[in-house]
Amino acid sequence: MSDLRDLYQDVILEHSKAPRNFKVLAEAGHKAEGFNPLCGDRFTIYVTLEGEAIKDVSFQGAGCAISKASASMMTQSVKGKTLAEAEKIFERFHDMVTGHKPSSEEETELGKLAVFSGVSEFPVRVKCATLAWHTLQAAIEGKQESITTE
Amino acid sequence: MTTAAQKLNSAPSGFDVERVRADFPILSTEVHGKPLVYLDNAATSQKPRAVIDAILRYYQGTNANVHRGVHYLSETATEEYEAARRTAQQFINAPHIHEIIFVRGTTEGINLVAQTFGRTRVGAGDEVLITGMEHHSNIVPWQILCNEKSAQLRVAPINDDGELVLDEFAKLLGPKTKLAAVTHVSNALGTINPLKRMIELAHAQGVPVLVDGAQAVPHLKVDVQALDCDFYTFSGHKVYGPTGIGVLWGKTALLESMPPYQGGGDMISSVTFEKTSYNKLPYKFEAGTPDIAGVIGLGAALTYVTGLGIEKIAAHEHDLLEYATERLLAIPGVRIIGTAKEKAGVVSFVMENAHPHDIGTILDQEGVAIRTGHHCSQPIMERFGIPATARASFALYNTRSEVDALIRGIEKVREVLG
Repeated sequence: MSDLRDLYQDVILEHSKAPRNFKVLAEAGHKAEGFNPLCGDRFTIYVTLEGEAIKDVSFQGAGCAISKASASMMTQSVKGKTLAEAEKIFERFHDMVTGHKPSSEEETELGKLAVFSGVSEFPVRVKCATLAWHTLQAAIEGKQESITTE
Repeated sequence: MTTAAQKLNSAPSGFDVERVRADFPILSTEVHGKPLVYLDNAATSQKPRAVIDAILRYYQGTNANVHRGVHYLSETATEEYEAARRTAQQFINAPHIHEIIFVRGTTEGINLVAQTFGRTRVGAGDEVLITGMEHHSNIVPWQILCNEKSAQLRVAPINDDGELVLDEFAKLLGPKTKLAAVTHVSNALGTINPLKRMIELAHAQGVPVLVDGAQAVPHLKVDVQALDCDFYTFSGHKVYGPTGIGVLWGKTALLESMPPYQGGGDMISSVTFEKTSYNKLPYKFEAGTPDIAGVIGLGAALTYVTGLGIEKIAAHEHDLLEYATERLLAIPGVRIIGTAKEKAGVVSFVMENAHPHDIGTILDQEGVAIRTGHHCSQPIMERFGIPATARASFALYNTRSEVDALIRGIEKVREVLG
């Protein structure tokens, strides 16, 4: 049996209750809305780029504990990173939540995001964990339309 | 004072739930090492052995195409297929057997009416009236029609309890209204609409009424003649039958005036390259080889429900609904969405500090299956200012101890999410 505690780790619960960077970035040059029609999760991601670097990033919206904590921890993890570095972290994160066990090197790259490894035991929740990331990508790429997980 | 414990021991008379549970093989399944507690019946119900056996028997012993062959198997298959039509007719007390049209489900029943009755009767500037508690399947077909015809879709509002505001419904009926399409029971809120009164109001304005009966048929005695509706449609799989089969009933005069829905075999009486004449009712609306096994399975399901007695089922489910409501309300931070005076089988709720999706995952680990999300009723979620709800919905085989398992699961949610 998959353990609920693997999914709902304390760090995740703490971020879902007190999300970081949970605000509108008025001066953000990039933003996108992400929507998970299955459960109604809806987030807007705001990004300020400086050259190839993510200078600032924030989010607003509502969703389940997993999606909210993932958005919160994502903003912390990519802030100050280059676009290529952020892309790499997303790749690692995506691999991890879809069942690939990270190597110790990959785990270092993931940092705190490793707490989401339990998601892989709950396939229907992968979309919750990745919604913010897909939306971040869309914001950076300047897509106008709303992103959905379907 | 009646306590929860006292109530536990009082089963509604004449309904032996333990005995009926034995009719449903799936109920002995374990999920994550816990006994399955299936409370997602508004999405689809489980199937009794009588239904499973009927389908098996058909494929093992009677399989042949209907309405064509002169051989023994085809005749037998046709007899069984038509016997199920008789069963469906009796189940909703339809006056004529030729008014029972087999469709894939409620969704197809509504689309059929939209694309035949709707396309020939609704024109530019006309209106179709629905209510604020419709499932997407009773919204989108009318939107498509109205867009195509430059007609308007009007929506009668609901109040904070999730009840239709009848005065507003009455006001929206007028000379431009070509059809009212309304649900009998709301899938997301459980509200039972005052259908008889709504139909009287519509008919007073000369407006025909289509009823989405998907959530009503498993829980209430439906009598289309007493209701005097014009169309009634329901799905087999929500009333213990197979998926992919359902019924559209319509008044003969309306059905005869409507063009066919799909062209193909079985719906014609003669075909030349110049002209085709259509078959009589109900075959005019049943193009192609139908889901014969599905129809036979549906017949078995309706016979099963009739055998148990729909009134007894309704009383049993009402008891579960009241018990679940009482126990949920005793949990701090739980709010029930949909508090109509007349409700059937559904309790939708939200919880402080717990998103429905998290509730669903945690309950699943306890073996408890509920639905979480918008229930294909996004406008209802918007009306109540919530993104989603958790929904427990009851069937004839659910028990008070399963409600207790739900409550224990919700306590676990509080424990896990803190």
